Amino acid sequence: MSAVPVSWYLVLSAVLFGLGVIAFVFKRNVITIFMSIELMLNAVNLAFVAFARAHNGLDGLVFVFFVIVVAAAEAAVGLGIIILLARNRESLNVERVNLLKF
Amino acid sequence: MSIPFILFFACALLAVIGAVLLIAAREPIHSALALILVMVSLAVLYLLLGAEFIAAVQIIVYAGAIMVLFVFVIMLLNMGVEERTDFSKLAKFAGLPLGFFLLLWMAHWLAHSPAGKVVGTGGPAPAGAFPTVELSKQLFRPYLLPFEATSILILIAILGAMVLARKEE
Repeated sequence: MSAVPVSWYLVLSAVLFGLGVIAFVFKRNVITIFMSIELMLNAVNLAFVAFARAHNGLDGLVFVFFVIVVAAAEAAVGLGIIILLARNRESLNVERVNLLKF
Repeated sequence: MSIPFILFFACALLAVIGAVLLIAAREPIHSALALILVMVSLAVLYLLLGAEFIAAVQIIVYAGAIMVLFVFVIMLLNMGVEERTDFSKLAKFAGLPLGFFLLLWMAHWLAHSPAGKVVGTGGPAPAGAFPTVELSKQLFRPYLLPFEATSILILIAILGAMVLARKEE
């Protein structure tokens, strides 16, 4: 029984990251844009675990742990900002948030 | 085709389908559910790679805590479907092809990176490739300072979220 090559995981990670970038650019809802950031973080985590498996070291897993912790903190603050935004603009469309736009 | 291969392809397919659904869905709640699908299938892939602890944390923290927070905010705000704006010409003719190019280029580069090649011939992943005991030793010895720093970070994040979301008197 042979194992799945690590490069396949890396390809999957790249595809998921690319889809996250596309979602980030094309979605118009602030919450969905925020979710696409989480998707990109997940893709990077998969690459970290795959590389940890490749090098047989644990440092990659520690980095994944820290990424998850920072993502949790980011979600708390980001959703607070989104609630504030929705309260002030009464919309979640990013095109309405144009006060600083030149 | 052995079981790891079948499992890998099933979960990879589910993850990609979830990511595409996230882009295609117009209701934010559908996007959130698609993202949960991606996260759960990634947890299975972590198990396949032998990282049990990360798989458990992925389910508990990501699919559990963070996505519940997202779903909660979507329900709380209840803003309805996303308004579609027509894309600018620049986005349509330059953005979309460039996005796909980035995706394919990264996939190609990663598939041919030396790291991937080295391990492509590695042995089968044992069930306990990354024992949790070793991971915690790593976390509490060389990485103790960053670990403690994250606790302060989370404290600041909680305080910040409370200050932001509080109603002004």
